Amino acid sequence: MMEARLYALQRLSAVVMAPLVVVHLITIMIAVRNGLTAEEILSRTQGLSIWAVFYVVFVLAVAIHAPLGLRKIMVEWFSLPRRGADWIALVVCVLFLGLGLRSVMAVTGASIGAAIGGGA
Amino acid sequence: MGDQSPLKQNSETVASDQAALKVRVWRGADDGHFDEFTVPARENQTILDVVTEIQHQHDASLSYRFACRVGVCGSCAMTVNGRARWTCRTHVRSLKTNEITIEPLSNMPKIKDLAADMSGFIDKWGQAGNDFSSDLSRHDAPAKIDPTSKKRKRANDAIECINCGVCHASCDVVRWNDDYLGPAALNRAWSLVNDVRHNKNEETLAAALGPGGCSNCHSQGNCMSACPIGLSPTRSIAGLKKMSLLAMLGVKP
Repeated sequence: MMEARLYALQRLSAVVMAPLVVVHLITIMIAVRNGLTAEEILSRTQGLSIWAVFYVVFVLAVAIHAPLGLRKIMVEWFSLPRRGADWIALVVCVLFLGLGLRSVMAVTGASIGAAIGGGA
Repeated sequence: MGDQSPLKQNSETVASDQAALKVRVWRGADDGHFDEFTVPARENQTILDVVTEIQHQHDASLSYRFACRVGVCGSCAMTVNGRARWTCRTHVRSLKTNEITIEPLSNMPKIKDLAADMSGFIDKWGQAGNDFSSDLSRHDAPAKIDPTSKKRKRANDAIECINCGVCHASCDVVRWNDDYLGPAALNRAWSLVNDVRHNKNEETLAAALGPGGCSNCHSQGNCMSACPIGLSPTRSIAGLKKMSLLAMLGVKP
């Protein structure tokens, strides 16, 4: 049943990601119109809890979806034993979670605590 | 054709514009090689005819499998010009070339010449939980199955599989992943979980959802396009996937 659960998780995370990717790409296009500097980005993103929520969900979905895909690629294309691929996928998952959440915190600043707490 | 004797056919129906076929045939086991034969092209000629002619006229040591010769048994499946086919149902003309390469089925060890070792393929049928199981004996009345019922209709196509191995040999995922049970075994699992007489539905489904099970399928549809009788193991596997998602939500198969 484990395999079936992982299969369901990967599909589910893809469903979550699909609209998020669209919003993310549109945001990039709008954001770069005023030049792409750290100050510009941070002035726009910090304190906006909606983006913290948005990207926390995004990071969670990516951290589930990508390692599961990599796991299959490692088994099918590089003939890695399933156990080995499982562990590598787990490491990638933790890495994506760590890096992703860290950058959400950095970009949205203090608002992340407020976002999770439900405040503005 | 009706008034021609077999002898006359042999001499007169050799098509003049394509007098000879250049046939490369796999010889030996996995570390083997190709032998080349020149076989006369005939107006009406299947790949199995070509292989038989080579064995009769050129090299009696050539090994290959066949039984019915008319597309019923599935024994004569081989790789012809890179594609798994029933050689008895493949006309040379349909290849549209005089150069023919014949190999044993892919994704299986080669035993000798055109005979592949199908035991791994058959074992996977077992691993997919494909033994029919019932509490009834011959003393009980036969089960009544409504041909219009949902389950029977779902299994309608799947039960036509005759286990020839063409889909298994055509599947990329089988080639990539040794654990993958393959389209034929999963198609059989699909027919079993839809069989109301089968009393081990949950075991069969669990095996079909295991590490080598249906979630490995990429839905590329090679099995579907290669199946000589037009079945769709892809659809059967999709059915298993759907069933697995429903099972997770507590819906019994």
